[in-house]
Amino acid sequence: MPSITKPLIPLSPLPKNELGLTIRDYEGQMSTLCAGCGHDSVTAAIVHAFWELSTPPHMIAKLSGIGCSSKTPTYFVRGAHGFNSAHGRMVPIATGAIAANRELTYIGISGDGDSLSIGLGHLMHGIRRNVKMVYVIENNGVYGLTKGQMSASADIGSRPKKGEANTLAPIDPVTMALSLGATFIARSFSGDKEQLVPIMKAAIAHNGFALIDVISPCVTFNDHEGSTKSYKFMRDHEVKEVETDFVPIRAEIRAKIPAEGAIEVTMHDGSVVSFRSVPEGYDPHDRMKVEEYIRDRQSRGEIVTGLLYVDESAKELHEMNATPTRGLSKLPYSSLCPGAAQLAAMQEDFR
Amino acid sequence: MEPTNDQDPNYYHKVVDCQWACPAHTNVPGYIRMIAQGQFDDAYMLNRQSNVFPGILGRTCDRPCEPACRRDRVDGQPVAICRLKRVASDLKGDISDRLPAIPAEKNGKRIACIGSGPSALTVANDLLPLGYEVVMFEQFAKPGGLMRTNIPEFRLPDKVLEDETQVILDMGVDVRYNTPITSLRALLAEGFDSIFVGVGAPRGKELDVPGRHDEVESHIYIGIDWLESVAFGHVDSIGSRVLIIGVGNTAMDCCRSSRRLGGTDIKVMARRPREYFKASPWELEDAEEEGVEIIVNHAPKRFVIEDGKLVGMEFDVLEWDPGARQSTVLNTVILPCDDVILAIGQENAFPWIERDLGMEFGDWDMPVVDEVTMQSTLPGVFFGGDAAWGPKNIIWAVAHGHEAAISIHNLCSNVDLKDRPPQGMNLVSQKMGMSEWSYHNDYNPSKRQKMSHVELTKRFESLDLEVELGFSVEQTVREVQRCLNCDVETAFNAPACIECDACIDICPVQCLTITSNGDESDLRSRLSAPAANLDQDLYVSAPLPQTGRVMVKDENVCVHCGLCAERCPTAAWDMELFDLQIPYAASTNFIRIGAMSPSGANRGN
Repeated sequence: MPSITKPLIPLSPLPKNELGLTIRDYEGQMSTLCAGCGHDSVTAAIVHAFWELSTPPHMIAKLSGIGCSSKTPTYFVRGAHGFNSAHGRMVPIATGAIAANRELTYIGISGDGDSLSIGLGHLMHGIRRNVKMVYVIENNGVYGLTKGQMSASADIGSRPKKGEANTLAPIDPVTMALSLGATFIARSFSGDKEQLVPIMKAAIAHNGFALIDVISPCVTFNDHEGSTKSYKFMRDHEVKEVETDFVPIRAEIRAKIPAEGAIEVTMHDGSVVSFRSVPEGYDPHDRMKVEEYIRDRQSRGEIVTGLLYVDESAKELHEMNATPTRGLSKLPYSSLCPGAAQLAAMQEDFR
Repeated sequence: MEPTNDQDPNYYHKVVDCQWACPAHTNVPGYIRMIAQGQFDDAYMLNRQSNVFPGILGRTCDRPCEPACRRDRVDGQPVAICRLKRVASDLKGDISDRLPAIPAEKNGKRIACIGSGPSALTVANDLLPLGYEVVMFEQFAKPGGLMRTNIPEFRLPDKVLEDETQVILDMGVDVRYNTPITSLRALLAEGFDSIFVGVGAPRGKELDVPGRHDEVESHIYIGIDWLESVAFGHVDSIGSRVLIIGVGNTAMDCCRSSRRLGGTDIKVMARRPREYFKASPWELEDAEEEGVEIIVNHAPKRFVIEDGKLVGMEFDVLEWDPGARQSTVLNTVILPCDDVILAIGQENAFPWIERDLGMEFGDWDMPVVDEVTMQSTLPGVFFGGDAAWGPKNIIWAVAHGHEAAISIHNLCSNVDLKDRPPQGMNLVSQKMGMSEWSYHNDYNPSKRQKMSHVELTKRFESLDLEVELGFSVEQTVREVQRCLNCDVETAFNAPACIECDACIDICPVQCLTITSNGDESDLRSRLSAPAANLDQDLYVSAPLPQTGRVMVKDENVCVHCGLCAERCPTAAWDMELFDLQIPYAASTNFIRIGAMSPSGANRGN
């Protein structure tokens, strides 16, 4: 716990976004995580992304479950709505909130324990329903809050700080999400904001469930020799062949003409995700090829990062259910509840 | 860029902007923390070590430290360093037992000091503890030099001046009052081992325009001579309408003194627009508060003398081009007046130095003085203060005195004058525990405290009523917390860094970046926040172990809050107290005082 709150220094001019807010307006309380925790860097990337996109803080809802990761919504966008739910139960809570008010931007922060153990069923159904939210897994391979037991994402052979090496096969959220039909799948590294911030922005713009698996080292329990989720291991094994830029909808002039072979994806809101470089034969729309590429790299002990798969054509939860474009919470009671006469008429149909 | 060499004392010294800007390199943050803890004696002694006259300078210093202060770049107002220095001086107790011991047995060397101003007193202060005999020749009946004759008592009370000069004289100076030196040849013949010339710049500049010498009874005065007459009580009144020609600090003292001696309509006449004034802004403010009118763009043309009596002065009214380089005369005006005081500068005069002694004189008939050793071309004769290179201010005179004392000590010890003791530094971690530092690291948003003045109605009752009341306890408590502790340095140990970005995310002023190396201008453009202030250095680390990138810190607006070090998981960042070790002649008797100590005890050695 730091001795002081990050002071507000009246340096002028602090840059402002389109809403006239400085980046300091998108921060939250002081982090109480361990010094050097990868999660704090993810928090900083989220702060940057929302500030750069000029998202009004009161139009953001941040949700989480339980764990070190799930503490982090407190540390960004203090003006946003928030819900800290039960362990692994963030998705149902978020689904309910989204059903009631689709006008907010939803971001859920979870960890490998919260998402891949106790909450795995909910995560899968969130993907299946294509709930329109950003879902960040701060993945460090250990249960940090309970002092460093190996989690469901720990690789075979990865050594905990104390005790035996892991022998159980890991659950990889990226390949799992590919097989479940997820529409936006990315992997990144907390120590690389140049990659993480554009991915975060693209995820916010995505029309559906946007999964970002962020390798976020646990500096206290999983940053040692023998760990496969340490800062050092990531820097030695990360492959960044899939590089993307995010071009917001309001950017009038394209900085440069995309290079030959580059791929552009127009997002639902008109913004553009531009793939600066992809490996030969790679197509971020082709689920099979993406999975093949990732598994191939995995077999060589490499960790692929970047925005790996995106499908902007799929319908999200509200579109599938043909709900009104405004949030249900904004509808007048008379529309929301048509009354006993309508109910009686409906029931007549079932006779 | 090459990795920064933080083992060179100059690197961190430059980060302590105030100390770097001070000619005597006073440890400002160190003594401000002592004041914060109520250690006024310690704060006073830490000041005295470098600037010798904390009480005097706490009222009269030209404050080169304040425009340099980092706080100015952060919230637009520097820490009131000078005022805090006065607090230390006003609240100190008896410090006599902390002064260096003077050996009863002398070392057999005799030094002559000509003048008893700040530079000569500093020389005596530095040499007496080493067993030197110091003979001081003073033309007047009291010590202090221009500090006494040119600074009015309402700015510098006699008691403060008396106390701080007497401390040095009491170390055993053989002071000869009313003894102007009229011949260097005769003094050389007295066989001193060394002579220090600290006679100031005693001649006020003349304004030779028509009418200057046509009066029967003089009502036109040279500013510094007039102030001297006021200081010694030879002048106790002036006409009601007074014109001051010139707009430097002497002019400010002249106009405010006139206000107290009967002047009611006082005008300070400036040739150029306000932004070119030489007077310190706060002195201009104080003068205007007292009803002095400052008139710009008026160039003196002639004195109007009728029947041998001064009745007014004629001026060209000027229009300046934007750079105030060229003027055109618009018209002329005559301003009636009873007295005129000329304060257009002062210069050196050495009529008492025979030109056949082998001492080389250069431009403007000034002796050639070595910038490091303070020695003239006549071996054994040293210059300092305004006598060396013309008018500066007290703090420069003190700095010259320290250097001259080292030279004299070298000379008398048969050591080459250029072989000077180097500056050193101590760097000590200030970590007291988890997220705990030995200094108050939080940023305090207080505004600069405003000095209270004696109310205007009372102010003119007597000449010796000090106008500035000093800071109250509440003001002091607020002002000390504005200091950013720039001497508690962010020290970085590259091999320990795991590049987790924690320090970069937490930094409240975005002064840290991890990036690939490049040349300076390239790096400056690629940082978290562009580093536009070229006066401030970039710290560049050795290549980091994991990626070979470098940690870059822009020193410009770091508030030394220590959050980078608190959030660093590997202690690659640490907050370390930089303590500059300044060599003095009496380094063996060097008074070392702990710069900080939470327990209230000194970290002395």
